[in-house]
Amino acid sequence: MVNIIDRRLNPKDKSLANRQRFVRRAKRQILDAVRDASARRRISDVGQQGEESISIPADGLQEPSFRKGGGAGVRRHVVPGNKEYQAGDRIPRPDGGEGGAGPGGGSPDGEGEDEFRFSISRDEFLDLFFENLELPDLARTELSRVEQDGVRRAGYSVSGSPATLNLTRTMRRSLSRRLALHRPRREEILELDREIDRLERSGKDPERLRELVQERERLSRRSRLIPYIDPIDLRFNRFVPTPRPISQAVMFCLMDVSGSMTEDMKDLAKRFFMLLYLFLERRYRHVEIVFIRHTHIAQEVDEETFFYSRETGGTLVSPALDEMDRVVRERYPPDDWNIYAAQASDGDNTPQDNPAVIERMERTILPVCRYFAYIEVSGERGRGGVTDLWMVYERIARSGHPLAMRQVRRRGDIFPVFRDLFTPAELRS
Amino acid sequence: MAGGTEANAGLLYNGPDWDYRLVRRAFDAIERIAVDEMGLEPYPSQVEVISSEQMLDAYSSMGMPLFYRHWSFGKHFARDEMLYRKGMTGLAYEIVINSNPCLCYIMEENTMTMQTLVMAHAAFGHGHFFRNNQLFREWTDAESILDYLDFAKRYIADCEERHGHAAVERVLDAAHALMSHGVHRYPRPRPLNLMRELERERERQRFEESSFNDLWRTLPRRGPDEDRSDPDLDARQRHLGLPEENLLYFLEKHAPRLAPWQREVLRIVRLVAQYFYPQRQTKVMNEGCATSVHYAIMTRLHETGQITDGAFMEFLHSHTSVVFQPEFDDPRYSGINPYALGFGILKDLERICTAPTEEDRRWFPDIAGNQDALGTWKTAWAEYRDESFILQFLSPRLMREWRLFSVLDDTDADAMEVEAIHDESGFRAVRRALANHYDLARHEPDIQVVDVDLAADRHLILEHRVVDGRRLEAGNTRMVLRHLANLWGYPVTLVEVDAASEHELNRYQAIAPDRTVP
Repeated sequence: MVNIIDRRLNPKDKSLANRQRFVRRAKRQILDAVRDASARRRISDVGQQGEESISIPADGLQEPSFRKGGGAGVRRHVVPGNKEYQAGDRIPRPDGGEGGAGPGGGSPDGEGEDEFRFSISRDEFLDLFFENLELPDLARTELSRVEQDGVRRAGYSVSGSPATLNLTRTMRRSLSRRLALHRPRREEILELDREIDRLERSGKDPERLRELVQERERLSRRSRLIPYIDPIDLRFNRFVPTPRPISQAVMFCLMDVSGSMTEDMKDLAKRFFMLLYLFLERRYRHVEIVFIRHTHIAQEVDEETFFYSRETGGTLVSPALDEMDRVVRERYPPDDWNIYAAQASDGDNTPQDNPAVIERMERTILPVCRYFAYIEVSGERGRGGVTDLWMVYERIARSGHPLAMRQVRRRGDIFPVFRDLFTPAELRS
Repeated sequence: MAGGTEANAGLLYNGPDWDYRLVRRAFDAIERIAVDEMGLEPYPSQVEVISSEQMLDAYSSMGMPLFYRHWSFGKHFARDEMLYRKGMTGLAYEIVINSNPCLCYIMEENTMTMQTLVMAHAAFGHGHFFRNNQLFREWTDAESILDYLDFAKRYIADCEERHGHAAVERVLDAAHALMSHGVHRYPRPRPLNLMRELERERERQRFEESSFNDLWRTLPRRGPDEDRSDPDLDARQRHLGLPEENLLYFLEKHAPRLAPWQREVLRIVRLVAQYFYPQRQTKVMNEGCATSVHYAIMTRLHETGQITDGAFMEFLHSHTSVVFQPEFDDPRYSGINPYALGFGILKDLERICTAPTEEDRRWFPDIAGNQDALGTWKTAWAEYRDESFILQFLSPRLMREWRLFSVLDDTDADAMEVEAIHDESGFRAVRRALANHYDLARHEPDIQVVDVDLAADRHLILEHRVVDGRRLEAGNTRMVLRHLANLWGYPVTLVEVDAASEHELNRYQAIAPDRTVP
């Protein structure tokens, strides 16, 4: 009798462990590929759901074996389909010397060894992408403010408000007490009443009647003395207040869209925002984004407008900070939200505005922010000099505020800068 | 006649959908034909239904239902999955494993006709071959392979836990690189019983852990400046069992710096390689056998009215695409299709047995017209491997039909030369050349350990006997030698020597082990 077994419901991903080993092995190459991918592609692709097809150099992934080379030597090919050849005919060698003939040449497993292409899932992609990245000082803020009061069930108590009465527990205790103390059951008393009634009507056996009445008396006294529910039966659900981490974050994207910002620079800024978003999305259950663009005036806009519409005007940074402050006050109380801000600019600011910027940053913005990242984009032919805004922020950063700043020139810079910004200090080499 | 009762049994199934009842019914019908009528002797089978994803899983671990963990399997899986998803390759309809009971995987997507075909092909065709072919009987142990793989998987997982992933990976990488040279090519007296091997390995380990490594204790004290015509060479070679072509075996037994667990890992890889070695040598025959068997069974099912004409057509359609052999100038050509060659030779053999021509009588005097095609097949399946099978049974008629010709490609000449074609004067040469293609011993480089420099730096010396001027591919060779040196623990030199003239052609000098490896 043959055994027929359905294996389709067996656990899938039997090869998952092998895949993990493979990814671990190829980590460096995959990381490079991922970085390249983020540099080459459009932003909207990077965070997309689904799979990422990447190609990594096979370096370090070869499985070498002793095999004969394709070079010098004598080979014999036996092939089917002779049309015109006779023994002794000479055939010019096709390019590459192989002519697609015979199993004699080429690598035996038919695999090109230079490049290896495969797909990785979005999760794998992002995990690699964000490996070792931690928000700075997260430990400290966790103790102080990444928290919110909540309540948690914590067993039962003997006192509490009626609303928290635990009926099941209470009834259970009541039942066991009644059983233990032999509280007469209602049916028992009713039965007795019927019996008494019958005897009274018939008028026979007054002796028995008297006994029954006494018994009835005794039972009802007892059931009065032993209440159905006693205060000692009561049990209440107990709740204790407990701090709960805030699982939501809001990210403010601030960008200078004045004439001095070229499309290139905006593109760099976009990338940075995108990465920050992806990163936060992995840390928090719920992430909102607020886009604030500014020239000499600032306004909150939607994503499309933020990235793609043009605006002209002067450059003032403080209005953007004011706008952010307004939005925070209105919609994102710092007690409920983890606030992150990322600002991208080419560093221009009207000098008269600098004191206002310092004042606002130190007074209103930085105290509510978990982290404020400033990216200065300078395009391919960046001036390399120190800009106004850079100097201002540098001064603020020196006084120990959670402010990080970096300069970015090329697309390829984005990822290293991002890593650098968010690598925990102890891992920095 | 035997088919009389089946003829009344009526159709086994109708339509493409399958369920367990139908599969079982079809299996029983096939079994009646295969065992009762054809007299095949397969292992008992276990049919397992799997999904395409599980098929991909199976691909990545050499088709085995369980296997140890290694990144290279993950790599293959990633590649296969990508190719499959993009529609560049299809999946096999079945996988069959040389074990007892014989495991046959069939895919859920197959139609009922395909399930029937696949069971006839795998459970009975391959099953019979596995059980009866000489090479399999000698070299593999179907009884305990699954138990052994289970042991191997757990052992290696255990090592990973104890010694770290990286350390185990290093040994496995190196062992895999040497896998093709980790088999005994020539029979040794004892048949392998993997279960007993396991026990013996444990004992061996206990013994070796308790005793000092004999190899180095008997190290002779001599000056380093002795000449190469070494009088002790013989003694040394005898002591180490040199020359030894099974590199993994040599390292397992004699590498001075390996820990016991590392030897055991080498042993696992070596035994796995040995288990698969017969399959690599009998690809044409194995597939030929299975294809002929499924062809015979499906035809018989149709003759006895157990499958519909439609089902038979569907079968013929997939059968012909399986045994299709494009010609060399066809863009679809990618070498000789083992299914086509195996099936072609066996079918031709059947014709020689039943209706021989004059030519057949001249070429195959002992079997022509013996009217026992099945018996001749069974003998061939049992006694031959690809090389000898082709050499023995490829007939002039089939060579003519296929229009086979042999081309000599000597890189010293400025053009290739047609050496022999399918005519009276060329038959033997063509057949010889084709048979050589399937001779793994010729196909794979002949590399042996020839000496160990015990006097000086424990240098290991290997020799590649170069045939037809075909030297090793340098990049790969250097990588493998580094792996080899890591296992050996001391430098390794490989000398390429022309087999005919004994001239040294090339030398990979003193490849040293990586410093980081303990």
